[in-house]
Amino acid sequence: MIDQAKVCPVTAKHIKVALVGQPNVGKSMLINSVSNAHLHVGNFTGVTVEKTEVLFDYKDYHFTIVDLPGTYALNDYTIEERVTHGYLTSNDYDLIINVVDSTNLAKNLQLTSELLTLGKKVVIALNMTDEAEKEGIEINSEYMSELLGVECVKTSAQTKLGIKELLESLIKNYESEYKNSKLIFSEAVEEEISHISSYLQKHKYIAENTYRNIAINLLKNDKLTYAKLHDEPLWTELQPVLVEASKHVELHHLNDDIKEVFAEEYAAFNKGVVAEVLKEKVKIQERTLTEKIDDVLIHPFAGIPIFLFLMWSLFQLTFEIGSIPMDWIDAFFGWAGDTIGATIANEDVRSLIVDGIIAGVGAVVLFVPNIVILFIGIALLESTGYMSRVAFLLDGFFHKFGMHGQSFIPLVTGFGCSIPAYMSARILKNDRDRLLTLFVIGFMSCGARLPVYVLFAGAFFSEEMAGNVLFGIYVGGAMIGLIAAKILKLTAFKGVDEPFVMEMPKYRLPSLKLVWHTVVTKTWMYLKKAGTFIAAASMLIWFLSSYPKNIELQDSYATKIEFAKTDEQKTILQNRLAEELLEKSYLGQVGKFTEPIFAPLGFDWKMNVALQTGLAAKEVVVSTLGVLYSLGDEVDEENSSLKNIISREISFASAMAFIVVVMVYLPCLAASIVFTREAGHIKYFFYLLGFTSVVAYLLGFITYSVSLLL
Amino acid sequence: MKTLFDCKKACKVKVIKLNAESELKQRFISFGIMKNAELEVLQHTARKSTVEIKVGSMQIALRSDEAKLIEVEKI
Repeated sequence: MIDQAKVCPVTAKHIKVALVGQPNVGKSMLINSVSNAHLHVGNFTGVTVEKTEVLFDYKDYHFTIVDLPGTYALNDYTIEERVTHGYLTSNDYDLIINVVDSTNLAKNLQLTSELLTLGKKVVIALNMTDEAEKEGIEINSEYMSELLGVECVKTSAQTKLGIKELLESLIKNYESEYKNSKLIFSEAVEEEISHISSYLQKHKYIAENTYRNIAINLLKNDKLTYAKLHDEPLWTELQPVLVEASKHVELHHLNDDIKEVFAEEYAAFNKGVVAEVLKEKVKIQERTLTEKIDDVLIHPFAGIPIFLFLMWSLFQLTFEIGSIPMDWIDAFFGWAGDTIGATIANEDVRSLIVDGIIAGVGAVVLFVPNIVILFIGIALLESTGYMSRVAFLLDGFFHKFGMHGQSFIPLVTGFGCSIPAYMSARILKNDRDRLLTLFVIGFMSCGARLPVYVLFAGAFFSEEMAGNVLFGIYVGGAMIGLIAAKILKLTAFKGVDEPFVMEMPKYRLPSLKLVWHTVVTKTWMYLKKAGTFIAAASMLIWFLSSYPKNIELQDSYATKIEFAKTDEQKTILQNRLAEELLEKSYLGQVGKFTEPIFAPLGFDWKMNVALQTGLAAKEVVVSTLGVLYSLGDEVDEENSSLKNIISREISFASAMAFIVVVMVYLPCLAASIVFTREAGHIKYFFYLLGFTSVVAYLLGFITYSVSLLL
Repeated sequence: MKTLFDCKKACKVKVIKLNAESELKQRFISFGIMKNAELEVLQHTARKSTVEIKVGSMQIALRSDEAKLIEVEKI
C-alpha cells in the first residue's frame, strides 16, 4: 500500500507500465497491493479478460499500470491473448513488468523469453515468493538478474513483500537506457542472428528496436516485424538472406516448424537459468497436497457425486440460512410502511411511498441474505481452484452436448450474474463455441432471479422441501441449457470442436479478505440497485397501476359500501373496488391486453405485467408483484406478506409455469447489451430474443398443462 | 506408436513428437508440452474422456482427442 501525496500532474514524470504474465500468477493481486485498488481476483485462469488501468503516484512519478489478461505465450490463441499481444506491440507504454510464478519458474520463463525481444525495458517480478519458500524453493534473484540481463525482484502480493523494491526498480529502469537482454541461443541460431544484424548494420537501418532483437524476430517469423521490413528498400536483399538463415536453423534442428524450434531454444536457455539460480530443498518424492486432494475430488467415480453434493448443499444453505433474517427484514419493511404511512396525510403520496417504493424495494431487499450466501458460494468456488476441476470432470459430459469443459466457468459465473459470465466466455478460443456458450449462459439462473424462486418455492412448498426445489430449479435450468446447446450445435453452430487443454491451478485456501471483499461489493451493488433503479421502477409501476383515477367507479362503490349491512360485506366490496381500480389502470390495461397471449400458461394479468417489467431487470419481477398485490390487497391486514398473498391468489400450476418462464426468458436489459457486444452483432440479440421466447413459452405451456394434471 | 492416451494413471513418459496442427501445437508448447518434456499421468475420468497430467510442477487437463496427438515413450 503506497500512501503518497498527489504529485503535481504537470511536473511529474509519467511512467506507463504493462503488467504481463501467464494466467493465474497473481497479476491483479499484485496491482491491488501496489496501488490499493480492488480488482477482481480468482484462482482460475482468465479472471482478467480486458485490460484495466490503475493509476497511482509514487515519489515524483505518476504511474499508470495496465493489467493485461494472462497469456501463456505471445500467440493469438484466445481473445485475451490477442488483447495482450496487441497491446504489447502497440508501443503505448514505457516498461513491462513480467510477473512470474516463483513456484513454477521454468514454465513462466517461456513467456519471459518472448517478452525480452520486444525491445522494451522489462522488470521481472518473482511473485508468490512466500509460497515458493514454503515449498522449499529458493531463488537467487541477483544472480538471475545478472544471467538474464534484466532486473528480477522478489515479490509477494499476499504479504506485500518487495512492492517498494519493484517500484524503485521501475524508476531506475525508466531513467536508464535500454540494454539487450542476455538471452542466448544455440550456436546455429546465434550465427544467423549476427549475420542478419550485421546486414542491418551495414545498411544503417533505422529502427526503434535493437538490431539483435529485430534479427531474432525475423528468424522467429514474427508477422509484425516482417510486415514492417517488407516495405523497406533493403527487403529485396534481405529476403534471400532470411530464407537461407531459416533453412540453416531448420536443418540444424531437423524440424521445419520454426516456432517449435524457438520454443525448444527458449526452453534450453531457461533450463540453464533455472539450474543456476534455483535451489530446491531435496524433494522427498511425495505427492503434493493438490495431488492428494485431487485424488478425492476428481476421482473417476466419486468426483461428480461430490460436485453435485456440494452444489446441493449450497442451495440448501441458501434457503435454510437465508430464510432466518428474511423474516426480520420482512417485519422491518412492514413496520416501516406502517410507521411512515401514518405520518403522511395525503393519501396519494402515502400510497406512492408505502405501496410503491417501500413495497417494491422491500420485496427486493428481502432476498439479500439468499444473495449473500450464493455469492459466498461462487466466490469460494472461484478462489479455491475447484472450478477448473469441475471443468475437467464435466468436459466429457458437456462434450456430448456440443459444449466445451471450459464453458463451465462462464456458466457457473452465470449463476451469480450473466454480465461477467458473458465476458468470461472469452476464454473460449473458437468463435462458434463462444457464441454457443453465450446463448446458453442465460439458462443459468442469475442471482437476480433467485428472489422469484425463493418467493414461489416458499409459497408453494414446505420449508423442508423448498431448498431441494431451489436446487432442482437450478439443475433444471442447467439441463434445459444443455439441451438447448445440443439443439443449437446441431443446427446453428455446426463445426469442429475446440481442443480442451487447460491448466489446473493449485488449490489455495481462499483469502477471507478477498471473499469478503467480493461478496460485500456484489451485495452492495445489489442494494444500490434496489435503492436507485428498483425504487424508480417501483414508483413508475405504482404510477402506472394507480392512474388514471376512476372517480365513477369509486363513487359507485362508495354508495354500495355505505349501504352494506355487515362489516364482512364491506370488506368484500372494498377488495373488489381495489381490484377493479387496478384493472382499469394503465398497467392493468397492458396486462389485460396481453392476457390472451399468456392465458395458455395460466398467468393472470399481474403476472404478465411482472414478466414484462422483468425485462428491465429481473429483480423488478418481484418488486412489481410486490406493488401490484399490495395495491390490490389494501384491506386485508392479516397475512399480508407477499408470500402468503401469492400462495392464496396464484394456482400451483400457474406458479410452476411462471418459474419456468422466468428461468428461461430473455436476460435483463444490461445483460442483453453485454451479450450483443460480446456476440459481436445485433442480429444475435434478435436470435437470442426469438430463441428464449419460444423456448420459454413452450416450456411454460408444457409445465402448466402437466401441473394441472397433478 | 504410443500416445499419451494409452498411458495409465501414475505412468511417466517422455514426449517424442507432437502430431497436432500448428495452432494446437503452439498451445501445447506454451503449456510446456514439447519434445523431450517429461509428463506424468495423474488422473483420468471414468470413461477416459479427460486426462490430467503433470508437466514440471504444473497440472494440465486434456481431452482424450488431444492426448492421442502426443506421441510418447516410457521412461
